[in-house]
Amino acid sequence: MADELPFEKPLNELQKKIEELKKFGQESGIDFSDEISRLEERCKTLQDELYNELTPAQKMHTARHHGRPTSLDFIGTIFTDFIELHGDRLFADDLAIVGGLAKLNGVPVTVIGHQRGKDTKDNIARFFGSPHPEGFRKALRLMQQANKFGRPIVTFIDTKGAYPGNTAEERGQSEAIARNLREMATFGVPIICVVIGEGGSGGALALGVGNRVLMLENAIYSAISPNGAASILWKDAGRADEAASVMKITAGDLLGFGIIEEIVAEPQGGAHRDLAAQAETIKEAVWRHLVELSGMSPEELITDRYNKFRKVGAYRSPEPAAPAVPVIEAESAQV
Amino acid sequence: MFKDLFHKKKYATIPSGQPRTKPEIPEGLMSKCPKCGSIQFSKEIEKNLKVCPSCGHHFRLSAWERIAITLDEGRITEFDADLSSEDPLGFPGYASKVEAQKKSSGLTDAVVTGEGTIGGMPVVAAFMSFDFFAGSMGSVVGEKITRAIEQAHAKRLPMIIFSTSSGARMQESILSLMQMAKTSAALGKFQGDGGLYISVITDPTTGGVSASFAMLGDFNLAEPGALVGFAGRVVIEQTIRQKLPDNFQTAEFNLQHGQLDKVVHRKEMKPLLIKLLDMHSAKGETINGG
Repeated sequence: MADELPFEKPLNELQKKIEELKKFGQESGIDFSDEISRLEERCKTLQDELYNELTPAQKMHTARHHGRPTSLDFIGTIFTDFIELHGDRLFADDLAIVGGLAKLNGVPVTVIGHQRGKDTKDNIARFFGSPHPEGFRKALRLMQQANKFGRPIVTFIDTKGAYPGNTAEERGQSEAIARNLREMATFGVPIICVVIGEGGSGGALALGVGNRVLMLENAIYSAISPNGAASILWKDAGRADEAASVMKITAGDLLGFGIIEEIVAEPQGGAHRDLAAQAETIKEAVWRHLVELSGMSPEELITDRYNKFRKVGAYRSPEPAAPAVPVIEAESAQV
Repeated sequence: MFKDLFHKKKYATIPSGQPRTKPEIPEGLMSKCPKCGSIQFSKEIEKNLKVCPSCGHHFRLSAWERIAITLDEGRITEFDADLSSEDPLGFPGYASKVEAQKKSSGLTDAVVTGEGTIGGMPVVAAFMSFDFFAGSMGSVVGEKITRAIEQAHAKRLPMIIFSTSSGARMQESILSLMQMAKTSAALGKFQGDGGLYISVITDPTTGGVSASFAMLGDFNLAEPGALVGFAGRVVIEQTIRQKLPDNFQTAEFNLQHGQLDKVVHRKEMKPLLIKLLDMHSAKGETINGG
């Protein structure tokens, strides 16, 4: 099975056996129904055991499954009347980010997402979903437009990271990301972000400063890809599975840190098993949060978003700050 | 053929009693410039603000060295000196590494923040230090910088950040990443309310720090030769399968591509900051002469 993930092998073998047995039963006329129902029972338990307790590495592989729905898949199923808009008005149209206007339950919204390719050719055109500065600037332009017209913003996060190339650096990759982070914090419209696949580093965060951040059950989100971390930590990118488990990249971990608000359940086996069902659960969650946020004034939305990110961090402050702040002099003799 | 065998040597060998002694140079007296390779008296380099007298290479400065040459009399009223890292992920080896870094650098984390004056004008400033955990940004760096920006906002003072960093601190993964959003959001509030923010980028500034507050200055300044970029050179070379030019991602490269306002020699930095601060202070002359 081409779609098979490595850890699904025992399950698929069992399913294959059941199929074979059914076929053999039909051909030979022998009744195997007892045997088959027993096997199917076992298959079901195995499935439950396997998918309910995925390890971080298994989730990472599921999030990277080549058949996993992309932003455009979800835009097409969750929204209606999508009008794709192009270009950053400065340099180019980066296909690694898509965006435009659409209706959610009849309400006009601006929707933006990272876009991986569906096949090799598409992937090359879209730089495997890794944006250049012009992609982030296109996203910013669309968000500014949404802010102007008071439209809510929905973003889909799905990237390994910003494109690491010389042209991206020349055109100011750092500046483009930084500006998005700052500007997203100042918009007076509701922003809801959904991590649908891989949330890799600053390139993901550049679409991720929202009032609400939701994550699909098997999606991952981290400062550096597990492969990158493994190559720094152990000089071996092949130990990504190991890195995945120490880096706390799953939706459950992030909910615990207070970085996301909600985990959106996936169909058993992953989002790629049932796009329609997955789209429905995302739609329900996004709409629910949007209804909640719609009662807030622009100022309240900005404050709500600021406070969400303001509180993130783990540090120790040994004593309550002493009243007198000491003046310290740097040893000017040193330099 | 055998002539050489019977050839009489024209010199006599003297057994060396003692191994040849190297000339005595006390540890630290001389320093070698990593760029031009010239060997100089360390004192000469230090007197020159740690800039190589022969090629102009800017040596890296620690936070306290930077404070000494930037703030008047090197005086700072430090903020949040007692904040220190936790190990939120339970990352293998992180807690002990932080302790080791504290010992070797004498800092509690990779940034010192506080209030001081430059040319007599009060400012809030943050000084990052590459000698602590490669200047990486974890929760403590993000929190101290955000608090400093909030102080500058509350006191209506200019904010200056001297950046140097390898990027987000991997050992705090997602929490480090969120510090980019936190610091940028604080700047959005401060700058949106008329606050002046000067970003001074020093060698090296990459990853999560360059892609957040370092690039968001009302003025983006950098020291000559400083490495400034988002992705690492090796990663880019692997992506594009080409060798990159030597000057790639230097301050000069960034200036040429429109990412910086100015590349400023260390000697000129404080005078320029004074000029900029002065031009944004209320005491200047007005058009109406009032």
